[in-house]
Amino acid sequence: MELHTLTIHQLHQQLKNRTVSSVEATKALLTRIEATDSRINAFITVAADQALAAAEAADQRIANGDCQLLTGIPLALKDIFLTEGVRTTCASRILENFIAPYDATAWARLKSQGAVLLGKLNQDEFAMGSSSENSAFGPTRNPWDTDRIPGGSSGGSAAAVAAQQAIATLGTDTGGSIRQPAAHCGCVGLKPTYGRVSRYGVIAYASSLDQVGPVTHDVTDAALLLQTIAGHDPKDSTSIDQPVPDYRASLTNDVKGLTIGLPKEYFIEGLDPDVQASMDNAIAHLKSQGAEFREISLPHTSYAVACYYLIATAEASSNLARYEGVRFGHRAKDSQGLIEMMMQSRAEGFGAEVKRRIMLGTYALSSGYYDAYYLKAQKVRTLIQRDFSEAFKQVDVLLTPVTPTPAFRIGEKTADPLQMYLSDIFTIPVNLAGICGISLPARPASNGLPIGLQLIGRPFGEETILRAAYSFEQTTDWHRQKAAL
Amino acid sequence: MRFQPVIGLEVHVQLNTQSKIFCGCSTRFGAEPNQNTCPVCLGLPGALPVLNRQVVEAAIMAGLATNCSIAHRSIFARKNYFYPDLPKGYQISQFEQPICEKGWLEIQLEGQAPKRIGITRIHMEEDAGKLVHGLGSGSGVDLNRAGTPLLEVVSEPDFRSADEAVAYLKQLHQIVTYLGICDGNMEEGSFRCDANVSVMPVGSATFGTRAEIKNVNSFKFVKAAIEYEINRQIDLIEDGGRVVQETRLFDPNSGSTRSMRGKEEAHDYRYFPDPDLVPLVISADWVERTEKELPELPAIKRQRFITQFGLSEYDAEVLTAARSLANYFEETAAFAHNPKAAANWVMGEVTRALNDNGLTIDSCPVAPRRLADLLHLIDKGTVSNNIAKKVFELMWQSDKEPAAIVEEQGMAQVSDSGAIEAAIDQILAANQCQVEEFRSGKDKVFGFFVGQVMKAMKGKANPAVVNDLLLKKLKA
Repeated sequence: MELHTLTIHQLHQQLKNRTVSSVEATKALLTRIEATDSRINAFITVAADQALAAAEAADQRIANGDCQLLTGIPLALKDIFLTEGVRTTCASRILENFIAPYDATAWARLKSQGAVLLGKLNQDEFAMGSSSENSAFGPTRNPWDTDRIPGGSSGGSAAAVAAQQAIATLGTDTGGSIRQPAAHCGCVGLKPTYGRVSRYGVIAYASSLDQVGPVTHDVTDAALLLQTIAGHDPKDSTSIDQPVPDYRASLTNDVKGLTIGLPKEYFIEGLDPDVQASMDNAIAHLKSQGAEFREISLPHTSYAVACYYLIATAEASSNLARYEGVRFGHRAKDSQGLIEMMMQSRAEGFGAEVKRRIMLGTYALSSGYYDAYYLKAQKVRTLIQRDFSEAFKQVDVLLTPVTPTPAFRIGEKTADPLQMYLSDIFTIPVNLAGICGISLPARPASNGLPIGLQLIGRPFGEETILRAAYSFEQTTDWHRQKAAL
Repeated sequence: MRFQPVIGLEVHVQLNTQSKIFCGCSTRFGAEPNQNTCPVCLGLPGALPVLNRQVVEAAIMAGLATNCSIAHRSIFARKNYFYPDLPKGYQISQFEQPICEKGWLEIQLEGQAPKRIGITRIHMEEDAGKLVHGLGSGSGVDLNRAGTPLLEVVSEPDFRSADEAVAYLKQLHQIVTYLGICDGNMEEGSFRCDANVSVMPVGSATFGTRAEIKNVNSFKFVKAAIEYEINRQIDLIEDGGRVVQETRLFDPNSGSTRSMRGKEEAHDYRYFPDPDLVPLVISADWVERTEKELPELPAIKRQRFITQFGLSEYDAEVLTAARSLANYFEETAAFAHNPKAAANWVMGEVTRALNDNGLTIDSCPVAPRRLADLLHLIDKGTVSNNIAKKVFELMWQSDKEPAAIVEEQGMAQVSDSGAIEAAIDQILAANQCQVEEFRSGKDKVFGFFVGQVMKAMKGKANPAVVNDLLLKKLKA
């Protein structure tokens, strides 16, 4: 097998057996990036020299008998993770030349095992978007059909895995930003429970919703990456101090006795027929393996998108205030005075969608509107959380589509932000509730485009959704199908 | 028309914790610009705040000392505004659900009944950095102070005069320094205040429109600023004008306030709960433990000094002005077994010497134990009070025991009646005129003889023995 096509667990075996070196694997992936990325634009920055140096160091480590799970594995990160020495742009002009002085905790944990950073991946600017079209570095394209979007905001993270430009990647998920692109690109994408993975060193979009997670070729890799990045971080007050279980132990290929809920609000009329058929097929698979199904209700689902766009934008309007040209990032030239310098820097540095969300959020928090918008949204959020906790009294896992349709065409929804926002209706409630969800490849559409299956679990129920996902994966081979490039 | 001023105060108390409120950076004053900074207090992308437990501890102490209730659950909020010294574009503060609420302090002005002043709330927040101007090409931003912990103590609008406001401020200042949570340095801004001032016709039920005077940093300026503002508002109304709601700055040079920004320019801070910090939960146990460890507060200490040591109200007031002074006195009194003498010496000689040398009680070269030894020498009659003052001067300059100094310098008091008698005989013989005067009933001359005898004996004669013998001889 060609090195760039391997999973983490496959490459790990080869590195451990010394049948291949990290330098060889890293070179293979750099070659693959070189050959394909002009068509995909998954990378904002390729850090070839640093990657090769890290690979050499990893080989040295392996030679010394220290081959941990991620030692020598070439990975790539969404450009929202701070990486010391490699620039972090967040796909924004305002951070075009920003080189962070410290590493994000999630990356630091991978790095300490000797993982190799190939480069930084394209995304929607500041993670605001569902198509990776809102990037100052141009849109990322879907490896399955380069006229289509790869999903967003972690579009580069999914496209790079689908195009086999990295063994695995990390993304962030605020309203579906890992799961939705994973679904559109035929990858596995996991959004862990809020607080499971540290947010320290991850550029904040909406702090109460953002969560770090892996995008991988299969469920096993997702479990392996989560194993490494999960756990309490004293530098993040919202990371939860709870032991990290052995996720590999939950990959048992056994769903007997598992009760899976089908929220009726997610299987609505007008759902794309291919998506509906794919879900029916998945349900049949899991039933044949011994899972029980039950219809349940999440009555406040229809308010989720509105609720999300108030809370997320309110937090974003404050989180993005620090980009004003005083200490780092883009500073406008020739402005008269301080206030004008700040305003001009932001006007030049931020893209249209970021500005739109800052304005929405500023409005939602303004005196006189706070109660009607932000506070009301917080109350709705509580109701949505309650919906899920009620559901989980009856079932162990929820099964839903990830997206209403397969990947749409580039430019198709850019003129209509509201249509764009609706592409996240099935993923947003999970973030609002702070629970975990995984997207994995289900039966593709009739035209061959990938379709994702979402499994949703209780808070800290990653083991259960990994178990169900792994069992499903064992009886299917959609995760092995790769885009022809 | 007569007017009634109404005043409320917001006091910023800078806490003296070792590290900042949301990161591990030092709070040390006077470091090179931006030396005490890290990704968190620089507001770098991706950085997150972690609450310093010592700050919470200090807030609980301040709340307990001002009769507040301590919230079991309180939350941090973001106060959003743009300014170059505010690295994140928002200040982490508390808005709804502060840590302390509904407290009070009692003030008493001379000749008036005690008055209770309500404390609306006390909350924790971070300080901003500062701008440095005049660097040539532009202005600089120094973020060493960014993230320094502050308590904001908000009073009810309960003051009716500048004097009441100042009495409250002095008491609050005394409390936070007693608690050891603030260095109390007003010049460096460790304790600074904003005053909300309005006036209304006497007897009115509704308050007038208020002006907020920002950042006044001495008791004297607070009094001047409030009084100026009261008069300004009264003059304005009497001239047919109207007070507008605005923020004003006090100029210490002119003693006046001037408008900084009006209501229409007021910020909409868009407060909302900070999603980076979890709600702060304080257990009853934590509050109880803190309460037990709370140092004795000035008002209670004052009362105890009066009952335990028999001090006058005035002496107790002076000696409890600062915790370190009170401790010095109490230690001296404990060794000396003569509290009244200890009080007089601490308020007299010790304070005078400190002032003359520009020192504070913490750096007093004479330890309480040594001072007590000196008081013992007075009690035993080894030295007189006057000689003791000379011994004290020498103790200030050297590290010697008072007994050793007395010995070395031959300063011991003479009580031997033979020596004193001889001196008296000489003086009486040389001053026959005055002897006659005394014997004819002019008692005042007695002092003259005492002085002459003491002079002859170089001040070392025991004054009681001198008095005794002199009287006997004159009346003989």
